[in-house]
Amino acid sequence: MKKLEQIIKDTAVELLRISTTDLHKDVVKELKKAKEQTEGALGRSQLENILKNIESARKKSLPMCQDTGIVSFVVKLGDEFPIRSKLKEILMKATRRATEEVPLRPNAVDIFEGNTGNNIGKNGYVPHFYIDLVEGDELELIAVPKGGGSSNVAALKMLKPGVGIKGVKKFVIEAVAAAGSLGCPPYSVGVGVGGGEDICMYLGKKALLKPVGERNPNPKVAQIEKELLEKINELNIGAMGLGEGPTAFDVHFEIAARHPASLPVGVVISCWALRHAKATISSNGEVTIKKDI
Amino acid sequence: MEYYLETPVKEEDIRKLKVGDLVFLSGTVITARDEAHLKALELHGKGQRLPVGFKGRGVYHCGPVMKKVGGEWKVIAAGPTTSARMGIFEDKFIEAFRPAMIIGKGGMGERTAKACEKFGCVYGYFTGGAAVLAANRIKGVRAVYWLEELGMPECLWVCETENFGPMLVTIDTHRHNLTEDVKRKVMKNKAKIIEALE
Repeated sequence: MKKLEQIIKDTAVELLRISTTDLHKDVVKELKKAKEQTEGALGRSQLENILKNIESARKKSLPMCQDTGIVSFVVKLGDEFPIRSKLKEILMKATRRATEEVPLRPNAVDIFEGNTGNNIGKNGYVPHFYIDLVEGDELELIAVPKGGGSSNVAALKMLKPGVGIKGVKKFVIEAVAAAGSLGCPPYSVGVGVGGGEDICMYLGKKALLKPVGERNPNPKVAQIEKELLEKINELNIGAMGLGEGPTAFDVHFEIAARHPASLPVGVVISCWALRHAKATISSNGEVTIKKDI
Repeated sequence: MEYYLETPVKEEDIRKLKVGDLVFLSGTVITARDEAHLKALELHGKGQRLPVGFKGRGVYHCGPVMKKVGGEWKVIAAGPTTSARMGIFEDKFIEAFRPAMIIGKGGMGERTAKACEKFGCVYGYFTGGAAVLAANRIKGVRAVYWLEELGMPECLWVCETENFGPMLVTIDTHRHNLTEDVKRKVMKNKAKIIEALE
């Protein structure tokens, strides 16, 4: 049997391959629905091209988008899982290997020395790891490659608490309107509220991992998500920003407590290619890969 | 209308194109993003020649995934990047190198549109993220320049294409700019939506 370390590495490479070459069924379903419902020829043809591209990428096992993103891993590490501090090194090796094998585009650029060529940053922050310590003996890994185009349209604002929920809604609408055609719509929108300037951005990104159509368990928040999805679509940015077809498939909120003086809001936007793939590995090396998170 | 054009494209053929037309381009398309634009303009400013000419050809805002197989570069994925970033110097680039088409996604602003009108160039919108469709229409890599210095996404890949497209003309030489029109409507919609918020 392979050593556990090798199993983790192989699984992480596989997750990077799956996430960049094969889109979730629920996102594909939304794209197909959008194509059927879009009357304008300009928007419809963009959605057709996207669907053809997804199909072709899956069949050939090639990256659906050349921007395979900055790599991050969302990790849940069980108390009894035998590999711990070595995990980061294993995942970095996996990223390096996936860059060669999938292949991924080398996207880690040193500001002074240029592209590192292997998706590993010189200072240890890229790829990025979000590690949560949990009970049990399993390791859960989610690979999240996120492209630069839609990352460039993310927005953060430290609102004055006095503007309240209405102010939050206003900022989300402004952020998506400003994104316009630039981040490859139809979008998925993750909104993080509260915590602090760093936490709300992380929460916005985390919100994007929720399944399409899943509403926040808090009915007040669920209502805001529904309202904002409707209003974002009324902006009518449309598929690829051509003014036809949907602007967004979904809006998800994650809310943390806020400081009395602060109302931080982070808006994290994903292009149509909402990419992530998840696996769990037991301490005896059994791997379960789940594409639809 | 659908047009099948070959590089070098004549200026009169470019001036026939209108917003909403679809173009398929065969011949030479060269990738160039932020860094390549900067370097090309810097060399031009010093009166130095570039390793490859852009005249009548397509300039593609694209940072592809390429793989060397048996000594030859193979195009793996090659969709467009966000063109708006190049808006800060695309007008100068068009003036200096006279490409026939700027290819990318997301559209470009007024400065670029003015240069298109003046020098006979159009903007071709390729579906964002459609990297495998784009790669399928690139028949081969004829040359690569500045790879060592700028890295895979930013260097100049000189590609031979066959019916590269469909590209939607969103900036023509007749003062039309489709994505800017949409943007203005979106801003109006935004104002109304915010006004009605509770």
